Amino acid sequence: MDDEIRVPIHSDQDIVVARQKGRSLAAEIGFSSGDGTLIATAISELARNIVTYARAGEIRLQRIQDSARRGIQVIAHDSGPGIVDTQQALRDGFSTSGSLGLGLPGVMRLMDEFQIESEQHRGTTVTARKWKSYNHS
Amino acid sequence: MEVPILKQGDVLIATVQEALTDADLLHLRTALVKQVVRCRSRGVIVDVTSLDVMDSFASRTLRDIAYMIRLRGAEMVIVGIQPEVAFAMVQLGLKLEDVATALDLEEGLAHLKHKIESAV
Repeated sequence: MDDEIRVPIHSDQDIVVARQKGRSLAAEIGFSSGDGTLIATAISELARNIVTYARAGEIRLQRIQDSARRGIQVIAHDSGPGIVDTQQALRDGFSTSGSLGLGLPGVMRLMDEFQIESEQHRGTTVTARKWKSYNHS
Repeated sequence: MEVPILKQGDVLIATVQEALTDADLLHLRTALVKQVVRCRSRGVIVDVTSLDVMDSFASRTLRDIAYMIRLRGAEMVIVGIQPEVAFAMVQLGLKLEDVATALDLEEGLAHLKHKIESAV
């Protein structure tokens, strides 16, 4: 659990900081530039959800490793209003804020693993992981 | 960081930098629409060659700008979307719909020239 990068998210400028930090960590882990773009885009969407729906929160970036692979974990955490129906929020085209509503399903497609926990009035935590495959680096 | 807008004949060229915030994008929207009116421009090029992430907000705002400029009677073309950015946009499900795009500045200018001439 060492060297976790924490980026506080309060404004649109923090979105840019979070995605830049994500991209540079992805490069350090050995992700290709193309994967770095996918990861940075996913972080941008997650950080934007925090600013739009919860006002404030945090993006946590971390290296992960299992027996065969290395990867990156992105956690987007906020203590905002929470999502009433997380299943509905994961469907394309769903939005409660008049945005395109593509955020979460899009992030699911950009990353390899995706998990969402949300409790009304308590907040939302999204955990997304992307693994670097050894065969096509 | 504010997006610089250059005037070249009847075309405006906005060159977007890497670390583009939402506020920068909204500022670009206001500045471009104003300048199109002030300069009586016929075409606008938004060069996103340096932009490393095009998320839902950025693509929605660019699409809005293109529509506003079209309402004014001018044409907008987005140039220089990087292959990696294009890939991420498609994965994310983003569409620019009927907004014109071109490979680079040169092709964007050629596209606008063609549009402007055929409109006369």
